[in-house]
Amino acid sequence: MGGGLTEPMEYFLQQLINGVTLGSIYGLIAIGYTMVYGIIGMINFAHGDIFMIGAFSGLIVIVGLGALGLGSAGGLIVVAIIGAMIVAAAYGWALERIAYRPLRGSFRLAALISAIGMSILLQNYVQLAQGARVKPLQPMIEGGFVLMQKGDFTVNLSYLQIIIVGTTIALMTGFSLLIAKTSIGRSQRACEQDMKMAALLGLDVNRTISLTFMMGAALAAVAGMMFLIYYGVIDFFIGFLVGIKAFTAAVLGGIGSLPGAMLGGLLIGLIETFWSGYFTVEYKDVAAFAILVLVLIFRPTGLLGRPEVEKV
Amino acid sequence: MAEIDYIAQAKESAIAALVGLALTVPIVGLRTDSSGPDGMTIDVRMLDAVLLAIGIGVGHFMVNLARGLLQQRRRAAKPAIARAANLKSVAYFLGAGALVFGLVLPGLPFADRYVMDVGTLVLTYVMLGWGLNIVVGLAGLLDLGYVAFYAVGAYSYALIASHFGWSFWVCLPLAGAFAAFFGIILGFPVLRLRGDYLAIVTLGFGEIIRVILLNWYDFTGGPDGMSRIPRPDFFGLPFARSSPDGATFHEFFGLEFSSMHRIIFLYYLIFALALLTNVFTLRIRRLPVGRAWEALREDEIACRSLGVNPTNTKLTAFAIGAMFGGFAGAFFATRQGFISPESFTFIESAVILAIVVLGGMGSQIGVVLAAILLIGGTEIFRDLAEYRMLAFGAAMVAIMVWKPRGLLSNREPTVRLGPKPGAGS
Repeated sequence: MGGGLTEPMEYFLQQLINGVTLGSIYGLIAIGYTMVYGIIGMINFAHGDIFMIGAFSGLIVIVGLGALGLGSAGGLIVVAIIGAMIVAAAYGWALERIAYRPLRGSFRLAALISAIGMSILLQNYVQLAQGARVKPLQPMIEGGFVLMQKGDFTVNLSYLQIIIVGTTIALMTGFSLLIAKTSIGRSQRACEQDMKMAALLGLDVNRTISLTFMMGAALAAVAGMMFLIYYGVIDFFIGFLVGIKAFTAAVLGGIGSLPGAMLGGLLIGLIETFWSGYFTVEYKDVAAFAILVLVLIFRPTGLLGRPEVEKV
Repeated sequence: MAEIDYIAQAKESAIAALVGLALTVPIVGLRTDSSGPDGMTIDVRMLDAVLLAIGIGVGHFMVNLARGLLQQRRRAAKPAIARAANLKSVAYFLGAGALVFGLVLPGLPFADRYVMDVGTLVLTYVMLGWGLNIVVGLAGLLDLGYVAFYAVGAYSYALIASHFGWSFWVCLPLAGAFAAFFGIILGFPVLRLRGDYLAIVTLGFGEIIRVILLNWYDFTGGPDGMSRIPRPDFFGLPFARSSPDGATFHEFFGLEFSSMHRIIFLYYLIFALALLTNVFTLRIRRLPVGRAWEALREDEIACRSLGVNPTNTKLTAFAIGAMFGGFAGAFFATRQGFISPESFTFIESAVILAIVVLGGMGSQIGVVLAAILLIGGTEIFRDLAEYRMLAFGAAMVAIMVWKPRGLLSNREPTVRLGPKPGAGS
């Protein structure tokens, strides 16, 4: 909290930078929620745990290659991100195949219960496989720019924050192009609009849905890697809270809308950071949940969502 | 009748095992270890990963085999209506049997302290399941934050009983009333949301309540919780060896002092509370409000067009469910003598919801079965504590995939106009 009162402008700027960094991580996860909801209309409750598995996979790659003495910090991170994306995508695929596909078209609550079961299963699986203790990681990239200095208070923009925000922007741009221009994206949009008609026209709906889960999982894995190198500490339980907040971001932006997920993630990151910066750190999770409740009450379609018409 | 193609199935299972291997090698096979002297190291345990993958393959084969055999059998089975009637009579006898067993359990020779404790625990979850069943099973509202009401009940009992020293029998209704009040406050703004959204918002509320309990140190004791909560007495007769202000339970009845008295009393207390919940539910289902809940669960738009006020109807379900959660919370507080926010995490909500859904939403005896299976089962496998929650999550997924409507699903309307379709045949 130091400096909050003496240098308001600088303090604000620092919080802004931190908030945007956190918001990037939430935004990447929120995309997974929003895409799955857009296509099959269910909340993928285990998505937060896929994020956690991504973080663990990245950690395993970094520690493993580091022990062999391979690669520099930058190279390691790139390899770890790619490794985490592959592992998480495999888990995303398996998740859909085991827990959701048999229940597609069945009773709505069944799919949600199955998703909660899968979330509990994945958490305990990782806890058993990797141990319950928190996993620390030495900071890999240190240093940064000093943007402003006034008295004792400096405004820092670390290289890590630049990397996180830069990667997020690059991934989101690439991903938007993928959805807008390629045939994969076209089939996803077709399934989102009318799954039955898309199937009648010869689209492989199962494959499209599997691909959606894998893409969402891969993006969540990138977020997991960033969480790992930014905070330097992970455990098997990180997926729950981060997942809920990313879901809040997806709802805030308007579930089903890609730009909405990015905007929502950014807003949630900013709100959380400013809340902890100016009010109390203890209640920062309450802030995120309170926003979720308020958004759902006053604008259930979110900021950029389309209104849903209920048909009889 | 189609023969089962074993070779094709074995091939499929082999593929499943290979996929399983790809999944388990990175997470299970390479364990990160931070206990060593020089930072993080990797502990290679490929054998575990391979064994797990083989297990996945074998499991896949068995499940497919069982499914094939079941399908063959089902073709020759009775029609659905006869089966439903059959299920109903089975449920009836099961219910009567469970009631008698529950009543005589403390008198049975093997009922030592441990058995009574497990019985009390199972009954607590049965009661919570029945309370949540009003919200989820009857009204069809998915509540992922039920534990919030359990916590409100427990903390209101603990606070009132420690500050004012009122007896359990005064505090119990107050705890229920507080929980119901919270149910109304929380329910009012969110009950117009649809299924999944409602689930997430209730989850959010559950977490908010827990975070507040954790951080409001002056009022709730924060993470330290509240201890020395007054224990219940037998209508003014305390369960103690001796009491300064009058007779104790064993003195009044002329019995030898035994610490089992209180345990058996607590058992019967939760038995009575759970039974109260059950009878209440069974009766209210026949009242207009109960029928409105069932109708609302089936089709909200039709209900609205027939003049049922959805918000008020849902709110009553929410408040009544919360009230029973509050009763159970007060019981929990007085039984434990100590409560802390640790006991009211999301996983508790998930367990209670799992009991309701696995039992078959709306089915009262299904809740009992699921509670015995999940709570009693995990108590028996206590030695495998690490695998408990893993198996719990797997069971949730498996039962949903196998029977999306639960073990004993019951969506028959409680009240019907005219004769049952197909009842004559």
